[in-house]
Amino acid sequence: MRTSTQPAISVTGLRKSFGDTVVLDGVDMTVEPGTIFSLLGPNGAGKTTTVNILSTLLTPDAGSVRVAGHDLGRDADAVRRAIGVTGQFSAVDNLLTGRENLLLMADLHHLRRDEGRRRADELLERFDLTAVAGKTPATYSGGMRRKLDLAMTLVGDPSVIFLDEPTTGLDPRSRRTMWDSIRDLTARGVTLLLTTQYLEEADQLADRIAVLDHGKLVAEGTAEELKRLVPGGHLRLSFPDARGLALAAAALGEPVREEESLTLQVPTDGSVGALRAVLDRLDHAAVDVAELTVHTPDLDDVFLSLTGHATAPEPAKEAAS
Amino acid sequence: MTTLALPARDSVTMLRRSLRRMLRYPSLTLMLLGQPILFLLLFVYVFGGTLGAGLGPSGGRADYLAFVVPGILTITVASVALGTAVSVAMDATEGIMARFRTMAISRASVLTGHVLGTLIQTAVGLVVVLAVAVAAGFRPSADVGGWLAAAGLVVLFTVALTWLSVALGLVSKSVETASNLPMVLTLLPFLGSGFVPTDSMPAWLRVFADYQPFTPVIDTLRALLLGTPVDGGSAALAVGWSAAIALAGYVWAKSLFHRGAAR
Repeated sequence: MRTSTQPAISVTGLRKSFGDTVVLDGVDMTVEPGTIFSLLGPNGAGKTTTVNILSTLLTPDAGSVRVAGHDLGRDADAVRRAIGVTGQFSAVDNLLTGRENLLLMADLHHLRRDEGRRRADELLERFDLTAVAGKTPATYSGGMRRKLDLAMTLVGDPSVIFLDEPTTGLDPRSRRTMWDSIRDLTARGVTLLLTTQYLEEADQLADRIAVLDHGKLVAEGTAEELKRLVPGGHLRLSFPDARGLALAAAALGEPVREEESLTLQVPTDGSVGALRAVLDRLDHAAVDVAELTVHTPDLDDVFLSLTGHATAPEPAKEAAS
Repeated sequence: MTTLALPARDSVTMLRRSLRRMLRYPSLTLMLLGQPILFLLLFVYVFGGTLGAGLGPSGGRADYLAFVVPGILTITVASVALGTAVSVAMDATEGIMARFRTMAISRASVLTGHVLGTLIQTAVGLVVVLAVAVAAGFRPSADVGGWLAAAGLVVLFTVALTWLSVALGLVSKSVETASNLPMVLTLLPFLGSGFVPTDSMPAWLRVFADYQPFTPVIDTLRALLLGTPVDGGSAALAVGWSAAIALAGYVWAKSLFHRGAAR
């Protein structure tokens, strides 16, 4: 097995329709081992359908999928042995206690009894659930349920994990904790496919982001690459007085001028070269600059410009770092 | 699956889960068993005197008790099966069934765990209901062979209704629907030979009552428990219906499970 050199997930030409509704319209993507790949898109973009296909719950209409080196169509059981899935709805047994849920997973993974117990205790500890291990999830908070769900996913030591909107509906603090748990997973060499409708989440966690809209990938890259794709990046320069403003405006070819606040907005792609060029010109004209800020577009701008419509409202702004 | 032992091991794991859930949620079991016991007491002590007189010139409450117990037993089977539909629908709506389906476990074990659990729950339920009947004065006169045959028929009938309920649980979009759909099963003994002889019914109803699945099962059980001669045609119909429902329920449930009706 050369699993370390081949992609953890590779998808080509994935299509799926439900009746007349086309949900996935030819999706291609490659996820390198040990990385976090985020599928970003609004509700109805096809994120959950993609996860359901990749995790063997749904059969695609067309396309080929390899997960952890196994062909999904030919050897679904081998794929299942390699993956773990934490869905949008906490898939826990509400009548069993937290520990019993984990032991159930251990039994289904055919771990030896003592090994199952050890694994369950270790995961309870790691997810800070030891104190409520003997209680049923019905008494848990939303964040605790998600953590138990993720812990159950980890019992089988999967090499590829699918997280479908893992923080939807969580309060900002639980979301932070969940993010830490997710980062911790890649530190252990696990590959993660994460879907989210929160731009900030993708920005915070993902090595690469693919923007999914109406069943198609409209862009793919790192968060920085995506931000550079869209116009709207600019330098904001403020000057001590109107004379400086006028001089600078002349030197920079009359950019957008705000007389009242004595500032200029200079379009830029955000690269160091562009910044240096602007500074050189100002230097040449001997203009004093009071303040300089670089405004790069955030993923909201990216999404808007790529798809022509905004994402879901961002409720996690207060959690921004 | 590389060895044959794993599907069996997964089924045992799922069975353990099922039984643990029943212990954790005893009110459901009590509710499921309450219904047949309530019917038994109601029909014996309230209606039994009058209905017994209708059974024959010498009939009374004791005769009616002997008459009604087989029908009550089939209601018990149907009632516990209803609980299965509810648990299966809970699994499907809570997403844990989707989790099982993404794991490299025996696919069959997810459903067989429920079916095996229900069989045990039904066995316990039938013993409890029979004990209440005996306390009320029921004195079966079956010999060992009769008991074994009766037990065999009840198991087959339970397997049939349980697989049907698993399918009904899977096809339901909510737990509420799942608890209503199989309700009709607990009513069928009334539209058969469970509470009154079918020859007392109007002709149009009798046609249905005589041939619907519960009637031959109830008639055969009654003959076996009371030690009266078993009607061969009725017994064959009882086994035939049970086998047909079991097979249809199993095939339906399996196809629903594979299609992923569980969202």
